[in-house]
Amino acid sequence: MIAYLVRRALYAIPILIGVNALTFALFFVVNTPDDMARMQLGVKRVTPEAIEQWKHEHGYDVPLLFNAQESGFGHFTSTVFFRHSLKLFTFDFGRAESDGRDIGSEIRRRMWPSLSIALPVFVIGLAAYVSFALILVFFRGTYVDDGGVILCVAAMSISAMFYIIAGQYVVGKLWHLTPISGFGDGLDAWRFIILPIAVALVSSFGEDTRLYRTFFLEETGKDYVRTARAKGLPEHRVMFGHVLRNALIPILTGAVVVVPRLFLGSLVLESFFGIPGLGSFTIDAIGAQDFAVVRTMVFLGSLLYIVGLTLTDLSYTVVDPRVRFS
Amino acid sequence: MILPVRPVIFTTDALVYAMVLTTAIFAWWARRDENLSSAWRRVVRSRRGVIAGTFLGLFVTVGLLDSIHFRTVVESGRTSETTRYSADVVSLLDTIVTPLRTHVEKSFSAPLAAYGYTKERIERPDGSVTRGYPRLAFGGAHLADPGTQRWPDILRRALKGEVMAACVWILLVSVATLTVARGSRQSFAVSSRLLWSSTATRPWRSVLVAIACFLVVAGPMAVLSVAYHVFGTNKVGQDVLYLVLKSIRTGLVIGTVTTLVMLPFAIALGVAAGYFGGWVDDVIQYLYTTLNSIPGVLLIAAAVLMMQVYMDKHAEQFDTLALRADFRLLFLCIILGVTSWTGLCRLLRGEALKLREMEFVQAARALGVRPWRIILRHVVPNVMHIVIITTVLGFSGLVLAEAVLSYVGVGVDPSMNSFGTMINASRLEMARDPVVWWPLSAAFVFMLALVLSANVLADVVRDALDPKRAERPSGGQGDETGARA
Repeated sequence: MIAYLVRRALYAIPILIGVNALTFALFFVVNTPDDMARMQLGVKRVTPEAIEQWKHEHGYDVPLLFNAQESGFGHFTSTVFFRHSLKLFTFDFGRAESDGRDIGSEIRRRMWPSLSIALPVFVIGLAAYVSFALILVFFRGTYVDDGGVILCVAAMSISAMFYIIAGQYVVGKLWHLTPISGFGDGLDAWRFIILPIAVALVSSFGEDTRLYRTFFLEETGKDYVRTARAKGLPEHRVMFGHVLRNALIPILTGAVVVVPRLFLGSLVLESFFGIPGLGSFTIDAIGAQDFAVVRTMVFLGSLLYIVGLTLTDLSYTVVDPRVRFS
Repeated sequence: MILPVRPVIFTTDALVYAMVLTTAIFAWWARRDENLSSAWRRVVRSRRGVIAGTFLGLFVTVGLLDSIHFRTVVESGRTSETTRYSADVVSLLDTIVTPLRTHVEKSFSAPLAAYGYTKERIERPDGSVTRGYPRLAFGGAHLADPGTQRWPDILRRALKGEVMAACVWILLVSVATLTVARGSRQSFAVSSRLLWSSTATRPWRSVLVAIACFLVVAGPMAVLSVAYHVFGTNKVGQDVLYLVLKSIRTGLVIGTVTTLVMLPFAIALGVAAGYFGGWVDDVIQYLYTTLNSIPGVLLIAAAVLMMQVYMDKHAEQFDTLALRADFRLLFLCIILGVTSWTGLCRLLRGEALKLREMEFVQAARALGVRPWRIILRHVVPNVMHIVIITTVLGFSGLVLAEAVLSYVGVGVDPSMNSFGTMINASRLEMARDPVVWWPLSAAFVFMLALVLSANVLADVVRDALDPKRAERPSGGQGDETGARA
């Protein structure tokens, strides 16, 4: 088990290097730091001095990959690649380019609001969609199932943004049940997160329920189900005792991969509801063209994805005794 | 020779027609393939599939009409040198719906309204000034007294629209019946019965029903839109119906051109990884795991930000607004394609791994057929169903993704009409009092119709093509349907 984890960790390194190289190419080779400075300073006629000043302040006034002016390690350490790409591996994210805030402390502060929405959505959603899918499969071949599938297809054909706008308008503006947007401190926050959670649950209902339904249907076709029926088990015992437990394997492993990324929050949801989480942080950074923040989030996202993949493999061994580490 | 118009071909126009051509060639090729053509017959037999396909076909028609661009003559001269063309590029669709395009009000107005949405200073003929709702320049402008005449006028026009729709539909039914009559060598009455029987091999009935549904709505809308704004107007007074019609092309371009970009990557890399294995497999797996691990929206955002810097630097290459918007749309499709090939690639790799061990492939290898020939003749045709299923399923996702990306600020150019930009604008409109609900509603209805028909069609196509589902009894609802009852 330990050996397996170590191997997975080692496997992650080339991928993270690849991500890093890709973002580096995207951010520094396609466009030089000069272009970024011009963009940040925002004016058409920027003096060369102002650009140099900006590059110096943000640590871009060094060569990209190799610094001939320095000696020893300085050849490599005082380069843009080292300062801005490799440093991410040590979780030293530097400062935001637009307002100079420390990115690391921003992330530590902002991940809690993100988590306060993403975690309930994940847990309630998983439970609700699995139950609903199970009901549909229980009534398969009847009007309940047909109606449910039609509902799912219709629900997944609606853009999430419609759900958000409609939710804000109906619940927040017409009924005055919850604040339309914003966030509170401590426990007071529940008033603000309840609507985003509800909207997120509704908007992913169609796609997930349908997916889980196909997982269940796949299982109902297997031989062990036929055996269970043949030996006279009542339908509900077949469904809950056999089908549910076996279908949970693909469902759980599919769900586990997203768990680490819950920290990052949802871009659209958070920015619509004015929640000071990592999603709105990212969206603000994109809007302000703050490359340091975008780069950090790309790195974190990839890292968490790889963690998720490893967790998926681990969860296989927990839920499926046939799978062993080799 | 003096052309009445000067054609303008945007890159995305060319690619859209390339996609149409590719689909046509593929369809011709698939006719000879027994598996694919029998699957196609299953799609056609499905009533849901045919109805969804008809609606999708209507959307595609609008999109294709909107993909033929040209500049019209403003001043005709003797020779082509002296003829001056307008600087505005319009599409064929623009020309067809000229009233919608040119009837621009000052600002918001509600659907079918004759008065504006906000109060203004109005000068009376006698010189005095009052505050009130101004009459619209086009919406209901022909009415002397909108208060009493507007609803009767709307009803009369709507009825006229329905009558026209009925005429068109009857014409279509007769054409269809005549076609059946020619094909089956039966009399008109017999073919008419053939046409409407539920066991007909060709889905005329479903197509005609779908078109009837469309005409019932579209007929009155077309007649009304000449004198009113059916969906109202937006902040700068543009007709919302015109905006949603223009948005259709953007959605379709994103859906199709992205697929066109993605397919070569996915097929070549996926099949190569599965077939060759070894280090080729390792490299390709590494490639798609890396790409997959980057959060999609962020990668797109980063790429689009970079493109903006590039476009600012090379402003001289994009001299017109339309060219800029088109380049941005193309770039968005490319970057969406680059980020979205990984899923299909992984599926194809798995399938190619299985096919490699099949007897017919091993036999070909034993006979000394070259690897790339085996891939082209034996592997690729056998993974085609996965390609089709993924492509059709992915289409609606891409249309929805456009809206989110436009909201994030990395979608299409703000000057380009799209569902995303409409939803984006409606965020502020919903906060007004009284609420401006019509642009959002119009975008909602059209987008839902487009995505829903794509989703339903995708469902039917998947049921028809997926061998695992096709083996099950009709409906693909699991094999135990009868056992429980």
